Amino acid sequence: MSTASAKTPKLGVQAATKVYQMGSGDLLALDRCSLDVQSNEIVSIVGPSGCGKTTLLWSMSGLHRLTAGAILLDGKEITGPRPEIGIVFQEANLLPWRNLDANINFPFEIKGEKPDRAWIAHLLNRVGLDGFGGKFPRELSGGMQQRAAIVRALALKPSVLLMDEPFGALDSFTREEMNRLVEEIWLDTKTTIVFITHSIEEAIFLSDRVVVLTTRPGRVAKIYDVPFPRPRSLEIMATKEVFDLTNKIKMDIVGERVRPKTPERPSAEIVRIRP
Amino acid sequence: MSGGDAIPEFSKAKSGDGQDVSLTNLSAFASGPGIKSGAEVAAILAVAVVIIGGIELALRIFHVPQYIMPPPSSIVYALFDEFPLIAPHLGYTLVELVSGFAIGAVVGLVMAAVITQFPFAEKIVAPYILILVTTPMLALVPLLILRFGFGYTPRIIAVALAAGPMVMINAATGFRRVDSAKIALARSYGASTLQIFWKIRAPMALPMILVGLMIGAIFGLLTAVGAEMVGGGFGLGNRLTSYSSMIQMPQFFAVVLILSTLGILIYALFFLIGKKWASWET
Repeated sequence: MSTASAKTPKLGVQAATKVYQMGSGDLLALDRCSLDVQSNEIVSIVGPSGCGKTTLLWSMSGLHRLTAGAILLDGKEITGPRPEIGIVFQEANLLPWRNLDANINFPFEIKGEKPDRAWIAHLLNRVGLDGFGGKFPRELSGGMQQRAAIVRALALKPSVLLMDEPFGALDSFTREEMNRLVEEIWLDTKTTIVFITHSIEEAIFLSDRVVVLTTRPGRVAKIYDVPFPRPRSLEIMATKEVFDLTNKIKMDIVGERVRPKTPERPSAEIVRIRP
Repeated sequence: MSGGDAIPEFSKAKSGDGQDVSLTNLSAFASGPGIKSGAEVAAILAVAVVIIGGIELALRIFHVPQYIMPPPSSIVYALFDEFPLIAPHLGYTLVELVSGFAIGAVVGLVMAAVITQFPFAEKIVAPYILILVTTPMLALVPLLILRFGFGYTPRIIAVALAAGPMVMINAATGFRRVDSAKIALARSYGASTLQIFWKIRAPMALPMILVGLMIGAIFGLLTAVGAEMVGGGFGLGNRLTSYSSMIQMPQFFAVVLILSTLGILIYALFFLIGKKWASWET
C-alpha cells in the first residue's frame, strides 16, 4: 500500500463503519474498513456475498451516510452526492419513459445545465450507440442499456466512476465486451474507477488493484496488485500468472465464506430495508 | 426519503411488479381497442350486423310491442328525429360530468400525491377512502337535493364524490410504486424532493393515474345520470325517466345509445392518452 503522506488519494476510505438498524437488531455491515484509491486507478472490490461491497460503494457515492469513519474525495469528506462522482448501477437503471437522448440529458436537467452535446456524441460513438438516441430502453438489449447508462454516468465528466456490479445481469460474452469497453473508456479518459463485482476474472481484467473484503462485517482482507500491461488482451488473461492470481483470490473468498460468523450478529443474508 | 439507506433490490425492483390491482392495471389498455387487422374489423362489424339484424327481424316477426322492446330501426330513427330535443340535455349532463370530474380528479390527485408521502397518515386515512370508494354516492343525492335544490350543484357534488376517490385510490397505487434505484439515481445528481417528485414519482405513477382518471370519469357519468334520475328537470337521466314514464321507448333507447357512446368515448380518450404517454409500461 502507498504511504499516506506522499499524495492525497483520490478516494480515501478511513475506518468506514456502517450499522443498519433492522427490526431484529443492529447489523454491522462495514467495520472500520480502510482503503485508498489513487487518481486514474481502477480498483475492484470483491468478496463473499453480503460482505458490504455495495454498502461501501453507496457510501462512496454519498447516497448513504456512514455510521462512523469517513470517506474523503480529494481530501474532502463526502457528506452527500457530489457531481465529481458518477455511478453505474446494478441494472442499467434507465428511466423507461424517456428515450436514450432524454435519459442521457437527465443529469443535466436535474442540474439545470445545458447538455454538452459534443461530449455526449463522442461518448455515444465510443460505446457504439450512434443513432439510437430516439430509442426507448425497452427497445434495447441489456448490454446496450448498460452502455447508455455508462454514457449517462460519464456525461457530467466525473473524476470518479463508481460501478456497482454493472454487468452482473449480462451473459458472459456481452460481459467481456463490456469489460473491454470499460478499459477503452478508461484509456481514453483515465477516470478513477471503483468497480464492484462477483467475477474475479472481471476484476483482474479491469483492475490495477483487487481488494478482497472479509465476510460481514466488511473489512479489507487483502489487496492484490494486478501488474499486467494495458490494453489487456485475451492472451494475457490466459496466462499462468492470471490463473494463479485468480485462484489465490478465489481461495481468499472461499476462506472468508467458511469462516464462522460472529454469533451475536443477525444471520440475515442480505441487508435490505424495504421503503 | 424515509428509510434513506435501503439498497434497492435491483433484480426484484422491476417497476410495479405484483403491486397493481388486476382490475385496474393497464392491461385494460393493452387488451383494449388497439389497431386491429382489416379481417378482425370486418368480423366485428359482421357480428354487429347479424345481432342487430336478428333482433330487428325477431321483434317484427313476433310482433313484440314497442313498449317492451322497440326494433333497432325505430331507435335509430328516434335518435335522429328527437336529437334536437335531446341535445341540450346532453349538454347539461356534460357540464355536470366535466365540472364534477375536474373537481374530483384534482382533489383526488393532490390527496394521493400528498398522502403517499406520509405512510403513517396513509394507513390512518385508508379505511375512510375505502368507504368513499365503495359507498354509491348516488345514495347521497336526495340529501344533496334537500340541501342544494334541483340545480347543478347537488349533481356536480355527487359526480365529484364518485370520481374523486376512484382517482385517488388508483393514483395512490401509482405514487406508491417507489423504485428506490431510480430515486437514488436522481439523488446522485443532487435532485431536490420536488425534482424527484416531478421527474421520477409522477412519471412512474402516470399509467395508474390514467387508469384512475378513466374509472373516475366512468363512475362520474354513472353518478351524473343517476342523480338526474332522482330529481330535477334536466339532463339525460331526466330524459330517461321522462320518456319511460310516457312509454316513448324508441326515444328512451336513443338516450341509452347516447350514454353508451359517451362511455366509449371516455374510454377511448384515456386509451389514446395512455398510448401516447404511458406506453412504456406495456
